[in-house]
This record gives sequence, structure tokens and C-alpha cells, in this order.
Amino acid sequence: MTAPEPVSGESGPEVAAVPGVATVRGTGVRREALYFAVRNRKLVGGLAVVVVFLLAGLVGPLLVGDPLAYVGPPAAAPSGEYPLGTTTFGQDVLAQLLHGLRATFLVGTVAALIAGVIGMLVGFTGGYRGGLVDEVLNMITNIVLVLPVLAVLMIIAAYLQVRDVLVQAVIIGLFSWPWVARAIRAQTFSLRAREFVDLARLSGMPVRRIVFREIAPNMASYLFMVFILLFGGSVLFAATLDFIGLGPTDGISLGLMLNHAKQWSAMNLGMWWWFVPPGLAITAIVGAMYVMNVGLDEVFNPKLRET
Amino acid sequence: MARYFGRKLLIYALTFFVAVTINWLIPRFMPGDPVRAMVARAGLQTPEGVAAMREYYSSLFGFDVPVWQQYLNFWGGILRGDLGVSLLAFPEPVTSLILGAVPLTLGLLIPAILLSWWAGNKFGAYAARKKVLDNAVLPVWYVLTATPYMWLAILMAWALGKVAGLFPVGRPYSASLVPEWSWLFITDLVSHWFLPFLSLFLVAFGGWAIGMRNMVIYELEADYAHYLSSLGAPPKLVRRYAFRNALLPQITGLALQLGVIVGGAVVTEIVFDYRGLGYLVLEAIKATDFFLLQGIFLFIVIGVLLANFVIDIVYVLVDPRTRAGMGGDR
Repeated sequence: MTAPEPVSGESGPEVAAVPGVATVRGTGVRREALYFAVRNRKLVGGLAVVVVFLLAGLVGPLLVGDPLAYVGPPAAAPSGEYPLGTTTFGQDVLAQLLHGLRATFLVGTVAALIAGVIGMLVGFTGGYRGGLVDEVLNMITNIVLVLPVLAVLMIIAAYLQVRDVLVQAVIIGLFSWPWVARAIRAQTFSLRAREFVDLARLSGMPVRRIVFREIAPNMASYLFMVFILLFGGSVLFAATLDFIGLGPTDGISLGLMLNHAKQWSAMNLGMWWWFVPPGLAITAIVGAMYVMNVGLDEVFNPKLRET
Repeated sequence: MARYFGRKLLIYALTFFVAVTINWLIPRFMPGDPVRAMVARAGLQTPEGVAAMREYYSSLFGFDVPVWQQYLNFWGGILRGDLGVSLLAFPEPVTSLILGAVPLTLGLLIPAILLSWWAGNKFGAYAARKKVLDNAVLPVWYVLTATPYMWLAILMAWALGKVAGLFPVGRPYSASLVPEWSWLFITDLVSHWFLPFLSLFLVAFGGWAIGMRNMVIYELEADYAHYLSSLGAPPKLVRRYAFRNALLPQITGLALQLGVIVGGAVVTEIVFDYRGLGYLVLEAIKATDFFLLQGIFLFIVIGVLLANFVIDIVYVLVDPRTRAGMGGDR
């Protein structure tokens, strides 16, 4: 973990600073957050793992060939030429893994952004407006909340004849926002009653400005952590969909690799190099994100800092 | 309390309504013609066959009547328990296929959910006050919650099933046996059940343990805990109070996680060829049997809603505040 240190040291503060951008007296807060962010081993370590995988997903596909081409000997164990071996059909597992990583980051990012934006809109509106608007939005939130997401995605994906990674990301994002909306609504509710918000209202600030300049910055750190959790959840959802055979119809993803491995009984044939890497990559990325989240919590919440 | 349940029931009824509507809308308003797609996927050679199949599907979907009537007919069918006929196992109705698969899935799900919840909470509360244990085990739980269900299942099937040969993999019971109340059959059933159960249990366990640990640490910092211990209450009593308070969000969490766990069970079954709902999902997708898939979807929705309602009742039993009518929309 020594090598990636400078990399994460540089991107660490940037990450930690993003939520603080909108605060009025931001510099002090930002510098403090930065100070603790760089020294937080969980945050730096988690970030390093994510960055390594992100780079592999961004640069890797340029270095390897077509992931679906039948290039090598069938069912070959890892060797110098094919570092992760080949599938039953002689496809390069490493090439599939690198392309799959790219799809994973794409799904996670797009779905998390969509779900985050919807959740924020619903949460802020409901929490700030209150009354009938809140009642209706809360009802919708609760309905989507109890709807089993995977079952809904299953139905939608099954009827889509052409599915690519982006479509998958959109439908995942459209159904995973409710808990975000709920949490943000509750926080907005309590912030709305504070003096500084009253003051802003008295001074005639428009509602949108109050929400985004006065209320949102106070939960900036929380919003950022929400994004990370949404990312992790979306990646796992996408992998599940891919695995049951509702993944992208063109291209490759980590879940699809697991699907193929299961379909062609890689377990029974003992071809561990086919099914271990994709699952390991998902676990490492999502796990690193969760660890980062704990680190961020410690950075933003002074009470947790002592460790 | 009546208001609390009334509110909950209203939400569940609306959710069911939305689910049924999604189920009805999607085949009709998805880009592309589902009838043509299904006919094309059947790969018929003769034009007469294609025409007959078109006709069959159109009448099955009820495309020959106005849209509003299609919608009402759809509801009528659901209320009669008629979810259509499966294409996979042809004359068999979807409902009976699903009912045949449900016991296996429930047999896997219910023990996994309840045991992981119970054990995870106990362990999380225990880890919260043992610094050494906490530091040593916490990373493991984080890894476990980040693990995709099917991958853990694949690894276990491979490592414990194939390599070590400890447990049989595939099917709910050996192909050579017939279901009966004999010792041989029951041991066989249990040995086939154990690995899928364990993999579901482990992933869920990590999540509950982390949640409980964080909640207990938070509760032990609360004013009432400090007050109690300054009064000289034994630490054990303080911890018990903290545990009880921390349990409430975990119950809500269980309701929220149900959908995810059911999804996990679906993929776990696929890995182990366990012939429950998950296996049916896979077969339905492979054979593009949309009626079966829609039926399973409705079934999962109903199951999750029922489970949610049970959790609501439990919540009222354990949280006196909801009984006093203060817990609004918890």
C-alpha cells in the first residue's frame, strides 16, 4: 500500500473537498477535512483500491483485444500468455475482466447519480415544503421502498430486447432512490426549523437558493456518503441481473462472466480462474467503497475521530 | 394504532396496485412488439405456424379489446388467481408451477433471514464492546456485505462441494430419491439444503452485525446510558437497554432488506440448481416464458408485502411508542 499513497494523497483532498464547496466559510472546514482525510488510513486505503481498479477499467481495455473473440486454447489455466487463463471457448479471461470493470464503474456511477438526484429532489422538496406535497411524495417513496427492486428490474429487463450497460444503469437508478429520499427528507425537516434558515427566509431568499445554499451544504458530507452507498448497491444489483441472464446483450460485464461460467459449468470443471476474478473484483471494489465510507464518516464526524 | 395499521395497509394496497400495473404496462408499452418477439424466438419455420402463434399470443394478452378493458381483464385474472399458462411446461398453469416451487424457496429463505438477523444482532452487540474482537472481525464483515450473493455461493459450491466434497451440490435432493418421510430422504434433503442456506446466511449476517455494532456504540454514548451508569447501574444492564433500543432500527432494516434478500435467494438457487423460485426465474428467462416471469414477479411482491406487514405487527409489539400512536409513519 506504499505505492498508491501519493496518488490518493492528491485525490483524497479533492474528494473530501467536493461536499464543502458550497459552504460560505468553506476554506477552514475544507482544510480541516483535508487534514484528517489524508491521515485517515481507511479512507486512503479504500480510495487506493478503488483507484487501482478504476485505472484498470479505464486503461486496461485499450491494452487487450476483443473480450469475446476466440483467441486462445480452450479452457487453459493461467499462463504467461494468458495471465488469467481462458474460457471454455478460448476467450481471454483477463480481457473480459478489464472490459467488465469498465462496465461496472459505468453502471455504478450512472445509477448512483440518477438515484442520488431523484432522492435529493424528492427529499428536499418533501422535507422543505411539508404539507400535501410532502404527504404525496412520502407516499410515493414508501411505495417504491417496499417494491422488491430486483423483481421489478427483472420484469423490465426481460422485455427489453436490446440492453446495454447504460440502459441497465438507468433502470437501476430509477428504482433505488427511496431510502435516500427518506433520509434527506428527515434531515431537511430538522434543518428547516433552524434559525439560519429562518433568517434566510426572512431576508427574502428564493426557496431554491435556501435549499441549495443553506440546507444542502449542512448535509454535504452525508450526501457524498449516500453516493458511495448507492454506487455499491447498484454494482451488486447489476451483477445480480447479469447473473440471471438479464445483463447487457452486447459486450461483457463482471456479472455476465459469472453467468457464463455457471452456464458452462466452470465449477464442475474446476476452472476457478473463470469465476474467481470477476467476483473478487466486485467484492474488492464495493468493499473498498464501504471502508472508504467509514473513513469519511470519521473525517466528517469529530466524535469518531479518536481511533 | 388503528391509524398506524390503516396507513400501512393503504401503502401496501397501493404498492400492490402499482406492481400489477407495472406488470400490465410493460409488455404493452415497451419498445417493440412482444408478440412478434416471442413468435420470432420460438423459431417456427412454417408461415401457418407463425400465424397461429401470433393469434394465440394476441388473444392471451387480450389485444383484441380496448385498452381499458384489457386492464380490467388483467385484474380480473389476478383476483381469480389466474396468472396465465406457462409456455415452459406447456399446459400447466403458472400458478401451480409457482406454488410447487415456493416451499423450497421459503425453506431456504426463512431460516436464513431469521437466523442471520438473530445471530448478526447478537454478535454485533457483542463485538461493539470487545475492542480486540471488533478490530479483528469488522473488516471480514465489510468484505461479506460487499460480496455478491452468487459469487459467495459459487465459491462455496466449488470449495466445499466440489473440491472438499463435503456437501452435494445441485438439486434439492438426489435424483435417485423420491420425496417421502424416510430418514434417508430427510438427511439427503438437509445436506443439499445446507450450502445454499449457509451462503445466504453469511452475506446477510455481516450486514446485521455491522448495523448492530454501530447502533450499540451510538446508544452507549446516549445520555440515558451515561445517566444510568452514573447512577451506578451495572454495565450489563446499560448494555441491555442499549441493545433493546438498537434493535428497533434493525427491525425496520429487516423490512427494508427483504427485497434484497429475496433477490439473493433467487441467484443462490440458480447457483445450486435448487428447484425453487430462483431456478424457475432462470428457466423462464431462458425460455422467454413471460407469463411465468410475471407470475413470479407478482408472487415475490405479495410475499414481500406480507412479510412487511408481519414486521409491522412485530414492531408494534416491541415498540410501545407506536402503540401510543406517536410513531406516525415508522
